[in-house]
Amino acid sequence: MEPQAGPGLAEPVNYLNNGYGLKSWLLTKDHKRIAILYLISVSTFFAIGGIFALLIRINLLSPSGEFTPDTYNRLFTAHGIIMVFFFLVPAVPAILGNFFLPIMIGAKDLAFPKINLLSWYLYMIGAAFGVIAIIAGGVDTGWTFYAPYSTSYSNSNVLMAGIAIFIVGFSSILTGLNFIVTVHTMRAPGMTWFRLPLFVWAHYATALVIMLGTPVLAITVSLMALERIAHVGIFDPAMGGDPVLFQHMFWFYSHPAVYIMVLPSMGVVSELIANLSRKNIFGYKFVAMSSLAIAVFGFLVWGHHLFVSTQSVYLGLIFSFLSYAVAIPSAIKVFNWTATLFKGSISYDTPMLYGLGFIGLFLIGGMTGLFVAALGMDVHVHDTYFVIAHFHYVMVGGSLMGFLGGMHLWWSKMTGREYPEYWARAAMVIQFVGFNLTFFPQFILGYLGMPRRYASYPPEFQVLHVLSTAGATILGLGMLMTFIYLIWSLKNGKRATANPWGAPGLEWRTSSPPPTENFYETPVVTWEAYEFAPIETMQILGYPGDPGVPSQPVSSEHGTED
Amino acid sequence: MLSTLASSMMLGMSELIPEQASTYAPDVDHLYYFLVGTTIFFTVLISGAILYFFIKYRRRSNNEIPQPIAGSMVLESAWSIIPFIISLGMFAWGAKIYLDQYTIPKDATDIYVVGKQWMWKFQHPEGQREINELHVPVGKKIRLVMASEDVIHSFFVPAFRMKEDVVPGPNRYSTVWFEATQTGTFHIFCSQYCGTSHSAMIGWVTVMDDKDYQSWLAGGAAQGSMADQGAALFQQFGCASCHRSDAQGQCPRLDGIYGKEQLLEGGEKVVADDSYIRESVLSPLAKVVAGFKPVMPSFQGQVSEEQLQQLIAYIKSIGPPEANNVTPGAPQGSTKISGAASNPVSRPPIMTTGSPNVGAPQNERAMPEVLPPANPAAPNQPGQTR
Repeated sequence: MEPQAGPGLAEPVNYLNNGYGLKSWLLTKDHKRIAILYLISVSTFFAIGGIFALLIRINLLSPSGEFTPDTYNRLFTAHGIIMVFFFLVPAVPAILGNFFLPIMIGAKDLAFPKINLLSWYLYMIGAAFGVIAIIAGGVDTGWTFYAPYSTSYSNSNVLMAGIAIFIVGFSSILTGLNFIVTVHTMRAPGMTWFRLPLFVWAHYATALVIMLGTPVLAITVSLMALERIAHVGIFDPAMGGDPVLFQHMFWFYSHPAVYIMVLPSMGVVSELIANLSRKNIFGYKFVAMSSLAIAVFGFLVWGHHLFVSTQSVYLGLIFSFLSYAVAIPSAIKVFNWTATLFKGSISYDTPMLYGLGFIGLFLIGGMTGLFVAALGMDVHVHDTYFVIAHFHYVMVGGSLMGFLGGMHLWWSKMTGREYPEYWARAAMVIQFVGFNLTFFPQFILGYLGMPRRYASYPPEFQVLHVLSTAGATILGLGMLMTFIYLIWSLKNGKRATANPWGAPGLEWRTSSPPPTENFYETPVVTWEAYEFAPIETMQILGYPGDPGVPSQPVSSEHGTED
Repeated sequence: MLSTLASSMMLGMSELIPEQASTYAPDVDHLYYFLVGTTIFFTVLISGAILYFFIKYRRRSNNEIPQPIAGSMVLESAWSIIPFIISLGMFAWGAKIYLDQYTIPKDATDIYVVGKQWMWKFQHPEGQREINELHVPVGKKIRLVMASEDVIHSFFVPAFRMKEDVVPGPNRYSTVWFEATQTGTFHIFCSQYCGTSHSAMIGWVTVMDDKDYQSWLAGGAAQGSMADQGAALFQQFGCASCHRSDAQGQCPRLDGIYGKEQLLEGGEKVVADDSYIRESVLSPLAKVVAGFKPVMPSFQGQVSEEQLQQLIAYIKSIGPPEANNVTPGAPQGSTKISGAASNPVSRPPIMTTGSPNVGAPQNERAMPEVLPPANPAAPNQPGQTR
């Protein structure tokens, strides 16, 4: 087929129009189609988790609570499990990583396409168990499943939720495995390790954490199930177990999991900042190596969740010290991103706004991490809303901002359509305001002593709770806007060109959307990472005849005022 | 919206931190102010730089390609090392407060706490019991010895900046201490999620001045002091038939062992503190004292958490053995770590027969000037940390 873009003519073959049946999607081995499958399922869970979040905030409008305590306990548990295991962990790697990691290194696909499809099916099976657990009455343990409550006392669907987490864990293990092998073996000629985009470095580091950490989660959940079903005493002291052991095992995965959630978004932010300021990342090697440092140190700090758990004081000292050590690589990233903007050509388009939003919110999330890492301070704020606010600044302000920024950066590449720029900017600003209004009051609430996971609370905390709920409403509206205009753009957005940002990465040197095998000829990389050049000089390796640039001058929507 | 915002402004600065009602609360707040200041400094620094660049270097033409800038080793070193030094300071500061919070002072008075779904139960040495209310004197060091009957709870008093998980298990008590610095009532929260009514597991700690506390103490305790009740239990459970004071029993003598090092079978040593005595009642075979056979049955399930605490209070209260009658396993000279020898109100050694010293005199004895009144239980280990 001779591909020719333009009205009235057949579209060139790309990964989206190469087969239309349900089977062509459900049995696809194309990493891009699998990424779209993930996009649909993960976004669905994000919406469900968001609805639970709003219900939580509604309950907390009045001191006595709007729902029964049992209902409330199930709400925050469902919110936590869905957001952590079914949204934050897979969001960036399984959607954006799946789609762009192979393209960015000039590969046709991931190393194991069938395993990649299997990982999506595992996600869906795990998700099915999760949904059953929620519909059949819910879980009331909190997403942390602390024993012996989870193993001997809770009358809710703990087992079903455990199975869901066990299965979905293997989904991310397979994705991690695929990424590591792909980066090692499938880089295009000339794509050396230090020419890799920082997005790839971040995913490589994340994949290491996933591979080493997730099996421990599977073990922990299995032991929990063993104790619950067969009454083998592992965690419950009534059967000879040790409940603090559960916390050690749980956080051995779940603290590194924080980095599983935020490292990929850090990779996205490097792309956002570089591509929308047309500058090479300042201190590329430091940013790349800091990802690896975070991955390694991230495994050594789990005990900072146990400062008041009767853990030895001396163990507390060591974990506190290591927690400060892991803060340094994150600081290095923030400083380097800021320095990248110096003497750049900064675009005001949505991805840049998300990139800067990430830095600002992650900065506060990271700095408040220094509060909870300080032993004497943590004793007071542990298990209060201070911690809730801290990790939402990292998870929502960090991971979610990175995810949304990446979705906007690459939306045209993924769908072949442009999103409406002004709506997107407005939505971003609304989300930013809503987010801060939701979570900033929670720092104050926490320091005042409001414990987390309370269905009702003393009346003096009400003002701050109402503020927080108001913020959540605004944040929800902002998210709804993004959801609507992205769907709208699928039909009504402007057709995208290959390289709307003038970016040098390989994904911008193929068509939008890319052909099934990503490139019509194997790219040979002769440029350094983030080596910006006039857009006309970049060869487009997408479908033959793709000019790479629009036939008409760039619209004012994607440029700034001349 | 606006009115809500306005009222939160009205709430103002006075409501941004809880009351400071313990000796270490101001220390925690000082560190908090330092951390807030550092956060504001870096947030302003970085956000300011970003905003400045964002405006100054905005894209002016769609075709411009700025000059690339290589990294700078000097800058990278600076922004790695300076934050590291600052964070080392935070670490040391936080660690110092933590050590203060968890190093139990020698002269603390014990109050016993049991957490269960979903209430807090307290026992004072003098015998008073309370639920979800705790009365303490101002300006006295109090040690809380806490156990859970079911799941993990966490004892949190925001005004004291004090929190400690109460973890179930046969071999541990959670201990934490405080000294209240002002009278008043302050929230007690359970801060570790413990099931349906977690948010109802709250209460009040009432800090009173000495006089009020004394008259409050005088008002209760119909059943005598904890040690008296423990003495009755010691008979009731048959403990006294083996743990005899005349060295004829097949079990270790218990008089005066509290706070002393015990030599175990296998050569290990353990201090006979609350946790060890607890473990010895619930899992007697775990740590058997050298020279004795592992014959004691477990009392797990027979003795409640509160009874166990009463038994421990009794064991604490019974006097030391005579100087020439050394407890097996307790090496000579180890008494220097124990305050039991100087305990002014030591009880007589254990009697195998006869009625225990139960009854009313307790409170009369408590009333005079000695504070805390009855059984200033044997002081804890010096500088004991968990």
